[in-house]
Amino acid sequence: MAQLTPRNVLVATLLVLLALLPVYCTVTGNYFLMSLFTRILILGMAAVSLNLIMGFGGMVSFGHAAYLGIGGYAVGILAKEGINSGFIQWPVAVLVSALFALGVGALSLRTRGVYFIMITLAFAQMVYYVAIGLDRYGGDDGLTIHKRSEFFNPLNLSNRTIFYYLCFALLMVTVYLVWRLVHSRFGMAIQGARSNDRRMRAIGFPTYRYKLTCFVIAGTICGLAGALLANHTSFINPSIMFWTRSGDLIVMAVLGGMGTVFGPVIGAIALLVLEEALPILIGGASQLLTGHEVQGAREYWQLILGPMLLLIVLFARGGIDGLLARPSRGVQSNG
Amino acid sequence: MADALLTVDGLTKRFGGVVASDNVRLDVTRGELHAIIGPNGAGKTTLIGQLAGEIVPDAGRIHFGGQDITALPVHGRSLMGLARTFQITSLFPHFTALDNVALAVQAHAGHSFRLWRPARAENELQEPARAALERVGLGHRANTMLGSMSHGEHRQLELGMALASKPSMLLLDEPMAGLGPDESARMVKTLRELKRELTILLIEHDMEAVFALADRITVLVYGRTIASGTPAEIRANPDVRQAYLGEQQAVTHV
Repeated sequence: MAQLTPRNVLVATLLVLLALLPVYCTVTGNYFLMSLFTRILILGMAAVSLNLIMGFGGMVSFGHAAYLGIGGYAVGILAKEGINSGFIQWPVAVLVSALFALGVGALSLRTRGVYFIMITLAFAQMVYYVAIGLDRYGGDDGLTIHKRSEFFNPLNLSNRTIFYYLCFALLMVTVYLVWRLVHSRFGMAIQGARSNDRRMRAIGFPTYRYKLTCFVIAGTICGLAGALLANHTSFINPSIMFWTRSGDLIVMAVLGGMGTVFGPVIGAIALLVLEEALPILIGGASQLLTGHEVQGAREYWQLILGPMLLLIVLFARGGIDGLLARPSRGVQSNG
Repeated sequence: MADALLTVDGLTKRFGGVVASDNVRLDVTRGELHAIIGPNGAGKTTLIGQLAGEIVPDAGRIHFGGQDITALPVHGRSLMGLARTFQITSLFPHFTALDNVALAVQAHAGHSFRLWRPARAENELQEPARAALERVGLGHRANTMLGSMSHGEHRQLELGMALASKPSMLLLDEPMAGLGPDESARMVKTLRELKRELTILLIEHDMEAVFALADRITVLVYGRTIASGTPAEIRANPDVRQAYLGEQQAVTHV
């Protein structure tokens, strides 16, 4: 299981780097980097949850960012109303996300393919416009969260390092849980339904209830990520669940690799780091070529990201993860 | 009627103006191998679809093991012991042969809301799955991905999956479809072994195989059952000769 493939070396290296990052940031005082990677950990968790239904269950949800918003608004609204205890905020965030997933899943799982994508998208946009309509909570402008969620004493989320490690731990727990899940009987049923739903029913599986359960589990995890995200930015606004945000999560999963549990984490790191690095690279390149930095050149970083995604999709079906692993065609070697 | 495992009564299904099943009546006795033959478009696959629960009939009733299953969903019928194979191979291409069969075992080993233990490490699933693979002659291919298996092996696997669900009755939709002579012979051999312990409803175009295997044959033409009886009776039946065997013989024996 733990062979020394390039892929496993990369994953191990990433984990060590992620674990040591706060030390580096504290020593150098580079808190921007720590903030960026806190965000990566949180969105990585959201992408892992999306990949549970998309990569393993074949349910391409185009509205997964809705749970980020629901989790985030649960924290924001409760904070605004003077309830700062994380012991209340987080369970509410998780519970409301689960209920929303149950409703969306119950309806959308009766459809397939493009219709499924469209219905999940429609529900997410609905929540988005509901949030815009919440005048008391800032409407379009959003809501500042003055105090991060409060837990017992050593777990003080206002401390950047502690918050980072909390996100790191929750991401690791998520990856481990999802890994157990996809290899269990439940996971086999889910993967079977992705592969051939009709045959699954013919051999005796009531696939709908397994898929719905899986859908709810994924939404719940993403809701927790939303609560983390609101705490991280100390701010919440509707754009957190705009449809392009759902698209970002899909890109993370595809870019990193949908075939494995850890792939989307790699995707989240790659996408968010590129988002920061490409503008700087373009700026630098324009300076190198013309002697001065061309105005507005940095804004064209997506011109580079787009073709990169295209190449990954065309030539590396398993994403970055699959590119490194190169397993004997298709054998389930999820790590 | 006393020992009928499957009883179909007055089954009717229309698709627009086409009557695919027209008041179909059918009794399959426990322990027999009952074949359904008929020319293309006779409504054989529509009939299997209704028996398996994928197609909802417009009228008529289906009883299985004494219970009315007309309104039972697909998975419910499978859990009652009614297993089917597909005319067009329908498997799980992402998995190995063993995984495919193990899924069928799992479907009948209680609910699958077990979220923690690795399924591939459960002997309770793997042992019966290996046994089912052995029965259809694929024991040595257990860990092969489906992509690297031949069409004939896929057909055997189809059957293996149906067997793994420990059914009391098999619905086989053209198990010989697309097989070469050697593979067909092997399939006939497998079916001959299976009919000793299972009730089988066989739809098949290969007449040689049908007359070699069947205890009784029902002939379906334009959605209607025009005859039902032993192979000898069917061979002698003038209507059947007229409607079906005539053309066949004209093609094969002239």
